[in-house]
Order: sequence, then C-alpha cells, then structure tokens
Amino acid sequence: MDLLLGAVVLGVLLGCFYAAVSVGLSVSFGLLDVPHVAHPAFLVLASYGVYQLNESYDIDPLLAGLAITPLFFLFGLLAYRVYYETFERRGSDAGVRGIAFFFGIAFIIEVLIIMQFGVDQRSVSATYIGKSWRFGEFRIPIRQLVAFAVALGLTVLLAVYLSKTFMGRAIRAVAQDEEALRLMGANPVRIKQFAFGIATAVLGIAGALLIIVAPVEPTLDRAYIGRTFCVVVMAGLGSISGTLIAAIILGVAESIVLTMFGASWAPAISFAMLLGVLAVRPQGLLGR
Amino acid sequence: MMKHRNTIAFWAGVAIFLAAVLSMTQIVRNEYPFFAGYVILQFIALAVAWSILGGYAGYVNFGTNAFFGVGVYTAVALFKATGAPLVVQIGAAALVGMALGFGVGLLTLRMRGIFFSIATIALAIIIETFVMNWRFVGGAAGIQLQRPPVMAPFDSYVKMLFFVQALLVVIAVSIARYIQNSRIGRGLQALRDDELAAECTGVPTLKLKLVACMISGALISAAGAPAAMYLQYADPSSAFNLSYSVSALAMALIGGTAHWIGPVLGAILLGSTQQLLAVTISSEVNVLVLGIMLVLFVVAAPKGIIGLLRPRYRLRAGGKP
Repeated sequence: MDLLLGAVVLGVLLGCFYAAVSVGLSVSFGLLDVPHVAHPAFLVLASYGVYQLNESYDIDPLLAGLAITPLFFLFGLLAYRVYYETFERRGSDAGVRGIAFFFGIAFIIEVLIIMQFGVDQRSVSATYIGKSWRFGEFRIPIRQLVAFAVALGLTVLLAVYLSKTFMGRAIRAVAQDEEALRLMGANPVRIKQFAFGIATAVLGIAGALLIIVAPVEPTLDRAYIGRTFCVVVMAGLGSISGTLIAAIILGVAESIVLTMFGASWAPAISFAMLLGVLAVRPQGLLGR
Repeated sequence: MMKHRNTIAFWAGVAIFLAAVLSMTQIVRNEYPFFAGYVILQFIALAVAWSILGGYAGYVNFGTNAFFGVGVYTAVALFKATGAPLVVQIGAAALVGMALGFGVGLLTLRMRGIFFSIATIALAIIIETFVMNWRFVGGAAGIQLQRPPVMAPFDSYVKMLFFVQALLVVIAVSIARYIQNSRIGRGLQALRDDELAAECTGVPTLKLKLVACMISGALISAAGAPAAMYLQYADPSSAFNLSYSVSALAMALIGGTAHWIGPVLGAILLGSTQQLLAVTISSEVNVLVLGIMLVLFVVAAPKGIIGLLRPRYRLRAGGKP
C-alpha cells in the first residue's frame, strides 16, 4: 500500500513536469493547429543548450534555461514564419507536407546533436541534484521536487498569461476566429507568430527541467512525442488547465505501471493512453 | 488503345528488370553489390507501399516501422517455431501486415490527418514494447538466426534475397499501378482532395481507406520479412526503427506521390545516395541528408521529382485555392 502511495506521489510530481514540457505544444498544436511533431526535438535541443552552459560556465541549469529562452523565442518566430510562408499561405495539402516538414526538422536536430555531443547520455550538476528527502518508507529526490515546483509555476504563469493579458486573449481569439480578428484590424499572422514564439520560448525552461529530472540523450525526443501529444490531446486541444490535469493523469499512470510491472512496459503507457483517447474521445477530456 | 500500349510497355519493363536482376546474380561474383542493392530494393518496396495510403489518399502513416517490424518478427517467430522457408515467412508476414492494417485502419482512419499520423507513431511504439517483452523471439536483446541452405540457381543467400526483394518490388509496383488506374485509386484521390465532397458524392471513403491501409500494410510487412535473414539477426529497436518511417515517407514525397513512379525514383535517388554516404562518411550524415532533403523537397518542390519533370502535375494541383 505504501508502495502504491509512493508511486502516486511521484506520479503527481512527474505529471507536473510533463505539463511543463507539453504546454508549449498545447499552444502551437492545440491553439494554432500547427502539426508540430518537432516540439520534443526542440525540447531536447534546449536540454543540450542547458548542458553546454552548465558544463562550460558552471551556470545553474535553471538559470541556463532562462538564458536560452530569448534565443528559443526568436527560433520560434522564425520557424512559424517559414511554416506559414510555405504551407499555410499556399493552402493546399498543408497537413501532409506540414507534418513531413516538422518530422524532417526533428530528424535534423537529432543528428546535429549526435554529431556535436555524441550518443552518450549527458547530465548537469547542481546542488539539488543527487540528494533526496525521506518520508517514512519512501524517498523523494530533490531534483524531482525542484522540477515539480518550477513546472507548476511555469504552467500556471502561461495559463494566466493567456487568460488575463491583452496579447494572451488575442492569441485565444485568433485560435477561435481568425477572420473576425482580421476584420477588427488586427494581423492574425503576427499574433500567431508571436504565440508560436512563446510556445517555443517555454521550451528553454522545460528543457532545463528535462535534464534536471534525468540524463538526456539525442533520441530522447521520440519518447516525448507520445507523452506531449498524449497530454495535449487528452487535455482537449488548447486547454491549459486541462494540460495540467491530463499531465498528472499520465504521470500517475506511468509511475504506477513502473512500480507494478517494471520499466520495460513504461514506454508504451503514454502511447497507449494517447491511442485510447483518440479512439474513444478525440475531443479530449475537457474538449473545446 | 493508349492504355493498352502502356500496359504492354510496363510488363515488358518488368520482365527486363527481373531478367537483369536474375542474370546479375549469376554473373557478378562480388557479394557487395547485392548487399547494397538489397537495401535499395527494400526502400523502393517500402516507399511504393507507403504511397498507396500516404500518397494516393493523403493519410500520412508514420507507422511504417510498425508494419516493417511486424513483418520481421512474423518471419522470425515462424522460422524459429517451424523452420518455415522464406516464401512462407513472407506470405505469413503479408497476411499479418494486412490484418494489422485492418485493425489500425478501423481504429484510426476516421481521424483527421494529423491525428491519424500520431496514432500510427503510437502504434509502432506499443507493438515494439510488446516484442521487447516477448521472450520467445529474444526480447529486447534480440535473436541470432542461422540461414538455411541456399536454393538453386543462386550460389549465395544474399543473392537469393536480392532477387526475392526484386520480386517484392515488382509486386508492390504493379499493385500500386493497378490501384492508381482503378476505381479505388480515383476514389482515394478524390477523398485526398476533399474528403467531405467525396463522401457526399457517394465515394465509400472509409472502405477505400481501409482497403488502402490493408494493402499498404501487407506490402510493407512483406518487404520486412526477409530482413532478419539478410542480417542473420533481429532486435526490436532496429526492426522498429523510426528511420524506416521517415525514409519511406521521405522517399515517396521526394519522388512525388501523384504517380507510382515517384516513390520508385525517390527511393533510388535517396537509397543510392545513402549507400554511397554510409560507405564514405557515416550513418549520421546519412540521416542528416535524409532530413535535409525531406525538408527541402516539401518546401521547395511540393510535387516531388515528377512534379519537376512533368509540369502538368503542378498545373493540376495549382487549380486548388
């Protein structure tokens, strides 16, 4: 029983971390309808950026994540511009070629990381990594607690930004009715580009969390395709509060399966849940 | 009349191709060309099979690796359990691939494009996890296989596999060509252009998609079946490697999906480039080239090589808003 309780607690922590790596996709795929399968590849890329800063200048991984955030914002602006000019503006066939485009980008990022850093696992060093707190029967690694707190803060911050600020509301408006926004004199493409920039910028911090929680390797993004899309689809496209709930469900499910059946089944959990949600309730648990 | 002449030309081409492949296995001594050629032929079969659903119907299947891996492991399991010959292994793989295509199609083909693609990625990982936990075929560690004695008229197993893969290419291409010219192909193209309109005009869209998914799945699994014998080894992470998915889709899109010749051209171009690069540089560069060419082509040449060669494909596509 204690084992199960421990699994649930760790699962909740893990879930909040999954929310942080998925919120960006919730904006780009959920709100903007961009088939962004390269999202996890950008995430892993951010982790390697954090690793490099930590390794060369001994900067705290979280600060390093913050430092690369502006870079990722610009990266996102550029990526959306290319996507818009080549696919959305031309109209026909955007779906098929859009997915292929992002898949190609993901593969290129993977290979570039391998060529630069090799295939070995990389990890960062910080004072809170390696220690853990004991609560009676089970222990909680402090790295998990740090990741949990930052992830929760990040997700809540983004949710508040999207619902309270002017720009945030504009982003939600453009997702709902682009034409109406255009008639009101706003430029929907600029707003979408900005939103995509935000969605990518968040990955700076999320990438830091990824490498804080566990060592990373170049092809780690493949496992996160399932996790991030599972969370975003289960949440109901574009719902940030739903993202948090869905991520916690996934985290707890993974943690319980890991405890009960062992690590060899873990990779399939998120994908099986994703498939289940798609087949049974494609509009998500909190569908829009 | 025109169509009739085309058909004669096509089958004459097939006969010449097979004759060339067969005589090559009898004349050429060095085994290396067959090792390299096998991989290129395998890619042609995969790209053509992928395009039956992905190209004609516009449903981007990322689960090529799932079907491929299922083909590999059907062959492995059958060979280990009964020592079945290669032909039986391939036939069984095709049947299992077809059944899998039916299941996948039933589960996912009602979904909108991107959701279908993601569902197929999911499926590949789930099946891979099952195989990893399946002790009989070696689990995650993989399994070593001893090739049975080779059959006449071939003097080495690799040459025989080369010929067998050439036959699979011919089967895949002739099925793809048949579908393209038949009612199924026209229906698939109609639903690709506008699924709702196709449904309204009485095209049985779901049925057609299911048929395409089953045929495509059967051909991909069949193409994967000889892979274990080629390598004399099988393990889940290589049999279900995501690069099969990306390669198949990249080759089809680079060649162009409006006509069956597109995937063939794309696979020959990319497959031979990769063989050259893998020998001269490294396998990482290989994947990099694949990724860069995929991105460049989807951005700059949406209709692929055949779109560049035959502007009328571009014109036809240009009519849409």
